[in-house]
Amino acid sequence: MSTAPATIDGPLLTADGVPLKASLEKSLRRSKLRALLLVVPPLLFLIFLFVIPIGNMLTRSVDDKLINNVLPQTFEAFEAWDKQSEPSEAMFEAVYNDLKNAEKTDIGEASVRMNYALPGWRSLVKRTARKIKKMKPPYKEAFIKADERWLDTSFWLSLGIMKDKRTLGYYWNAVDRTYDFDKNVVHQPDERKVYNLLWWRTILVSVIVTIACLILAYPVAYLLATLPMRVSNLLMICVLMPFWTSLLVRIVAWMIMLQQNGVVNDTLVAAGILSDDNRLSMMYNFNGTIIVMTQILLPFMILPIYSVMKTIPPSLMRAAQNLGATPTLAFIRVYMPQTIPGIGAGCILVFIVAIGYYITPELVGGKDGRLIGNMVAYHMQRSLNWGLAAAMGTILLFVILVFYWVYDKIIGIDNMKMG
Amino acid sequence: MALPIYTTFGQRVWHYCYMAFCIFVLFFLVAPLIAVIPLSFTSTPFLNFTPEMLSLDPDAFSIRWYKALFGICGVDDTISTMCHNKWMTGAGRSLYYALCSTILATFLGTLAALGLSNQHMPAKRAIMALMISPLIVPLIITAAGMAFFFAKVNLSNTDAGIILAYTILGMPFVVITVTSTLVGFDRSLMRAGANLGGTPTYNFFKIQMPLIAPGMISGALFAFITAFDEIVIILFIGGPQQHTLPRQMWSGIRQEISPTILSAATILVLFSVLLLTTLELLRRRSERIRGITPH
Repeated sequence: MSTAPATIDGPLLTADGVPLKASLEKSLRRSKLRALLLVVPPLLFLIFLFVIPIGNMLTRSVDDKLINNVLPQTFEAFEAWDKQSEPSEAMFEAVYNDLKNAEKTDIGEASVRMNYALPGWRSLVKRTARKIKKMKPPYKEAFIKADERWLDTSFWLSLGIMKDKRTLGYYWNAVDRTYDFDKNVVHQPDERKVYNLLWWRTILVSVIVTIACLILAYPVAYLLATLPMRVSNLLMICVLMPFWTSLLVRIVAWMIMLQQNGVVNDTLVAAGILSDDNRLSMMYNFNGTIIVMTQILLPFMILPIYSVMKTIPPSLMRAAQNLGATPTLAFIRVYMPQTIPGIGAGCILVFIVAIGYYITPELVGGKDGRLIGNMVAYHMQRSLNWGLAAAMGTILLFVILVFYWVYDKIIGIDNMKMG
Repeated sequence: MALPIYTTFGQRVWHYCYMAFCIFVLFFLVAPLIAVIPLSFTSTPFLNFTPEMLSLDPDAFSIRWYKALFGICGVDDTISTMCHNKWMTGAGRSLYYALCSTILATFLGTLAALGLSNQHMPAKRAIMALMISPLIVPLIITAAGMAFFFAKVNLSNTDAGIILAYTILGMPFVVITVTSTLVGFDRSLMRAGANLGGTPTYNFFKIQMPLIAPGMISGALFAFITAFDEIVIILFIGGPQQHTLPRQMWSGIRQEISPTILSAATILVLFSVLLLTTLELLRRRSERIRGITPH
């Protein structure tokens, strides 16, 4: 009061004589800076170890540099070729120079890549590379002597698919399409079609699991929300216990339950519902994937619906009934619409977790329960077709990010709660 | 739930059907886990209940699979291959990775949560979305990305690489739990502390830390259990030296499935019950000290 009574018209001053506005701005800036300083270390950590690795993987899905670096002269000669006449001596010489200059491991990797464009390239390149040291001009004869397939112009023509440093080929492969020699997108031959089926199956499994979870979760969530706290806490343990148990433990447990001599089949046979030679096969197939995934993801559905139901005052239902609605009508018209945010949160959560599942289908899915995640793993670890694995991963990630964005818009991720 | 006296017959039937359905669902959730426990005491090397077990014959039960799990092999034990004890070393490894990554994740996650709860934080929503994203991105994609990247920076097949990867997975949990304890945090407490002459650091440790501690601990428990049970990342970036417990279970399920796996599973189920209880107690404590009482 005593500091600045004279300056009634002027700006309001603090005790130090600085205008209040400037002082507040300064403190705001400092508070902002402090918040930023706190967030920066974890954010950098995340960017370096999570965002960059995934971004890096995404670039791999379009990258076709290696082959261009290994066979530069070949591609030059290919550009000069009219694609009609027989390959000329100059073209063979270019291949000879490239193969002679390149490292052995590079040739190996490049030949694997070439094999994706046209099966046969790998053995052709490897066999030729082995004999390259002894070759003398004219190279055309020497090459044909090494392997007669060099006469086949389709190998030469297939170079056209690989001549750019960036390619969308892996993406097309991931949806059962491929390039023809003129770089037009065409369907894969029927015997090589696998991925579209897997994409559809992945979506189908995720949708079935989401619906199954919703049907099972909704009544239970309602029960938990309406029971007195003491009882519902006890039942909540049933919901949370699987949530906290190791995934592999749950899978082992389901193997015991669902196998041919498992608990479920034994019980059904003992009860006389099934005959002994008619046991249900519920494991290592499509059914196994569905059953196990539903149980594993059920808590993800129960918890959001429960937390929304918890906030709905029970008096609303009573009021509706008081106004003449039957209990069913009151439930459908008054209660259910209010639980939609919970249903939405649960469904999106279950769907996005289900669509990227890998471990469960791998262990219990057998042949017809495999999902796209298993294909990503297969190409990462077995076939080593990393471009294709990266392309499939990118498509999957894109789908999930769209749902994540929707989730954030509708529910807000800050509302995500654990347990 | 007792039914009121005025319910009609139809309502009664409907109510009992409803209860039966709920019991079925809860049973569906826990039955497999419960079935594991008795079966882990089987005396046969098979994974199904024998008639002797069902008639509660004491000879049908044994603790031989627990002995195998802990690496104690009797002379009469015919299956001796189980005794080179990868289970115990695996558990030790898992514990080590889980502890290290939990400490890191709790530290970093708490920092992030504190920053993000500041009302003046710019781009809050976007950063929060990014911080939570390791939970949303499928593990297979995270694992694939890390496998390529770690190979490039010489982190694959190293303990450090795995700890860092697990820290990434654990951090979102800590961010979520600490943020939610900070929602009800009364900022005037900090101002009061400053007014009374406390430095910001002193105030943080004396005032804020005890209040967010339950959030930190429950986040840490989530991070711990995630790292302890993690299987996908380890398959992609771990070498033979990084043989964790889940990996041992994985190879057990895929190759030589024996009841040892069930005894390990039983112990893990009990472990998860223990963690769950801890978490519930923490939640109650958190509500109590923040003045929120359950209704």
